[in-house]
Amino acid sequence: MSFVHHEASHIMKASNLMKASHAMKLSLTLAFLAVLHAAIVFAAFLAPYDYAEQHRDYPFAPPAHLHFTDAAGRFHPRPFVYGVTQDLPGGDYHEDRARPYPIDFFVRGRLFGVSAPGVLFLWGSDGFGRDVFSRVLYGGQISLLTGLVAAFLSLSLGTLLGTLAGFHGGWVDRLLMRGAELFLALPWLYLLLAVRAFLPLHISTTQAFFLLVAIIGTVGWVRPARMVRGVVLSARERGFVLAARGFGASAGYLIRRHILPLTWSVVLTQATVLIPRYILAEVTLSFLGLGVGEPVPSWGNMLAEARQYHTLIAHTWMLAPGLATIPLLLGYLTLADKLLERPGPPDSAHAGAVKI
Amino acid sequence: MKYAARRLLHSLFLLAGVSILSFLFADLAPGDFFSEMRLDPGVTGGTVDALRARHGLDRPLPVRYAAWLGSMARGEFGYSLAYNSQVGPLLRQRIPGTLLLTASATLLAWLMAIPLGIWNAARRGTWSDSLIKVSLSVLLSIPELLLAIIFLVIAVETGWLPAGGMHAPGAESLPASDQFRDTLRHLVIPVAVLVLGMLPVLVRHVRSAVADCLDSPFALAARAHGIPRRRRLFRHLLPAALNPLISLFGFSLGTLLSASLLVEVLVGWPGLGPLFLEAIMARDFALVLGVVMSSTTLLITGNLVADLLLYRADPRIRTS
Repeated sequence: MSFVHHEASHIMKASNLMKASHAMKLSLTLAFLAVLHAAIVFAAFLAPYDYAEQHRDYPFAPPAHLHFTDAAGRFHPRPFVYGVTQDLPGGDYHEDRARPYPIDFFVRGRLFGVSAPGVLFLWGSDGFGRDVFSRVLYGGQISLLTGLVAAFLSLSLGTLLGTLAGFHGGWVDRLLMRGAELFLALPWLYLLLAVRAFLPLHISTTQAFFLLVAIIGTVGWVRPARMVRGVVLSARERGFVLAARGFGASAGYLIRRHILPLTWSVVLTQATVLIPRYILAEVTLSFLGLGVGEPVPSWGNMLAEARQYHTLIAHTWMLAPGLATIPLLLGYLTLADKLLERPGPPDSAHAGAVKI
Repeated sequence: MKYAARRLLHSLFLLAGVSILSFLFADLAPGDFFSEMRLDPGVTGGTVDALRARHGLDRPLPVRYAAWLGSMARGEFGYSLAYNSQVGPLLRQRIPGTLLLTASATLLAWLMAIPLGIWNAARRGTWSDSLIKVSLSVLLSIPELLLAIIFLVIAVETGWLPAGGMHAPGAESLPASDQFRDTLRHLVIPVAVLVLGMLPVLVRHVRSAVADCLDSPFALAARAHGIPRRRRLFRHLLPAALNPLISLFGFSLGTLLSASLLVEVLVGWPGLGPLFLEAIMARDFALVLGVVMSSTTLLITGNLVADLLLYRADPRIRTS
């Protein structure tokens, strides 16, 4: 008897431990993502320059070296950069030890920068002498916002149509699911480009952004709709739903009060899968010249500049916008994994959904 | 047989649906090839209207759809205004390129994913399992776009591999064996990018499918019978785990074709991808529709093959 008791408490402890470690990993992932998002959202504060600010005298300047000790070997607690000069147009840059520029903090409404004749290109500059670091931060706004808004659109559409199909059943269900199959019959990027193909090519940046969001969002309704439909189908037959129906609850009340809360878990997991996918979609379309264009930076159109081999070989820092996608994608994909493998009693796979 | 016929019919139905929907959508599109032409001040509105009439673009929608279906049946797929030729021959030039690329990538990716996944499943919970898991999720977060750019730059820098295209200039005059080797060298970068893009997802699914089987009573029984480990894993567990993997094969085709489009554009591989992009930029709708229909056919055929394979591999489907 006591042995059984001991065993049970042992198992419970182990499972609690697993839950605790899982919860910690989840919060770490969330914190990591929060930092990345904050960096992008506060680009106007964190970036030393505006995305369009050009320094025509400094095309393709390499990433700046931050110095703490000056030529005389004295240590400075505040880092500084040296002025850079180019031997001849298109040639190498080298530091001019005679012109140190200390980094100022909280200047001109920005976190840091250097004063006028000096320049601060943390990740180098592009062909127009624009600061790559600033442009990566600003560019993230377009890429991230596209991902978020398009995912919201997809999930809303998917939840609406999935609930409709699952709850109504019958011909509505058949029609919607057949329609869904048509959307899956095309490889996804072909579908995206095909829809883009039939819309105007030469449009303003704002129009392009909304167009992109609308296309990516609407084209992706199928997967969330199918998953939501599955949950709704099984929810419809659950005891408490049947009971509420027996008490004369209206369809609207049933969906709102009992069924939609059950789909929440699926929707959340789908969001973590869709957002990185849609960020990549924006990057891809803008890279191909079918998305947001100059002068507004997005990670995709910035990478397009790095497409010429000779540019990239001589100026490897132009790859920065591509590298910037990696931590963001990694964060979202890890979050998706952590949500999927959430520990809990196996029979409450859907019931656990209510608790998030 | 009846199952195969039903799946085939379903595929044809899908293809018909896609053709109607895309044709309708193309019709609703604002502007076309000729409206780009109108930007040229030397071209008058009358000329454009006459050109439209000559290409039959002024006829009502159902008539044009029927004409398009007819031309598809003849293998013409309409007339490309940008290339000034039938769409069919253009597609037939490019489809082998895409097929070669995607088929080699699929083959290689599965050949790597199956042993790796089984190996991981057999070592569940060990450090090597976790290490591979972490490296695969990092790999999954690197966009194929970036991989392709980096590989191309390395190829240009080192000169080890050709940087783009399918043939070296003047390869047609080489003997067949050299031509083959030349194409193989050109395949390395695009295939590597596609395989690295697919591998994380495949390995993860193989691992979880095999791991599920490892827990089943028959796996325990096989172990109790003293069947050697390797034989147990590959001869007994793998076939049992095959069902979800064949479904995954079908699903992954769409992703693969999408990735292939991008990679083809990047390395200048003569496949459907670059053709599609050119058609979009020129607003050549006949060509866009042609590429849409080809890519849909490729994907649907792949899914059909997966369905039939599943039917062969899993007796449970045959009986139900």
